[in-house]
Amino acid sequence: MKIMGIASVGGHWVQLLRITLAFNDEDVFFVSTNPDFASMVPGKKFYHIAEASRWNKIRLLKSFWHAFHIVSKEKPDVIVTTGAAPGLMGLMVGWLMGVRTVWIDSIANVEKISLSGRIASRFADRVYTQWPELASSKIMYAGNVLV
Amino acid sequence: MIFVTTGTQAPFNRLIRAMEEIAGELVDEEVVAQAFGVDFVVRNMKIVEFLTPEEYMGIFSKARLIISHAGMGTIISALKERKPIIIVPRIAAYGEHRNEHQLATANKIAQLNYMPVVYNMDELREVVLGTHSGSNVLFTMPELGDTASQSLISSIQEFMIAARKPR
Repeated sequence: MKIMGIASVGGHWVQLLRITLAFNDEDVFFVSTNPDFASMVPGKKFYHIAEASRWNKIRLLKSFWHAFHIVSKEKPDVIVTTGAAPGLMGLMVGWLMGVRTVWIDSIANVEKISLSGRIASRFADRVYTQWPELASSKIMYAGNVLV
Repeated sequence: MIFVTTGTQAPFNRLIRAMEEIAGELVDEEVVAQAFGVDFVVRNMKIVEFLTPEEYMGIFSKARLIISHAGMGTIISALKERKPIIIVPRIAAYGEHRNEHQLATANKIAQLNYMPVVYNMDELREVVLGTHSGSNVLFTMPELGDTASQSLISSIQEFMIAARKPR
């Protein structure tokens, strides 16, 4: 099984690694907005994707386009993201191409699910929150990255 | 050495200005600040805009104390390395972020007693200078393993095993 892990620079990326590096028996490759992060996943395939936010639609499109190329080339079975907007772009591409999708909302979202997470909950196969009080019928809680 | 880190999303000049003043009061201690969009003259600290992961970890490990915005990357690194840290949340009302999620994160961290959180710069000055002159801030950090909770990892793995079957 091939897994694509995608996350933006900063806390999103650190959280993604704390989750996906536990899948040590799986074929995982990574996508992030900082090309320097390749060095943090030695031995794993790494792709760079454009940084984007909902305030810059052009960059969102660019990010979506990058994600489209990566997913077409690698054909992952599952896409896992911890956010933010570029992760959502990756998940949307996956959804359109029939790939299973998992959104894990950042642990920084302690009072409400992020906007991207709420969008992801409309189409993703699995959505997690890292705070039990934010779980709902569509959004699961199964633990968090701070253990 | 004190390492101030503010991420790469937006300037955080309220913190940088305060740390510049505090750094001037510290005797014989270097202060390095990772920040961009600093729009005033800084004399008492070294400013670096961006750091590679290796440079970041190098400075992070060398530092005696970390002062950080409420970014999860730094928070997790501090927990992992058990490094003394003071969290100063960005306030969206001051234009330091797009929404108040750093305030929410910081409140949660303070409530869980993970690490000290300060909300204003006078308090920061007292805490930093207080630590410097030997008085102890209580750092009650829980130990952190290398991965997320097993229950979360198992849940995702079970989902992936189920996903192997054709839809």
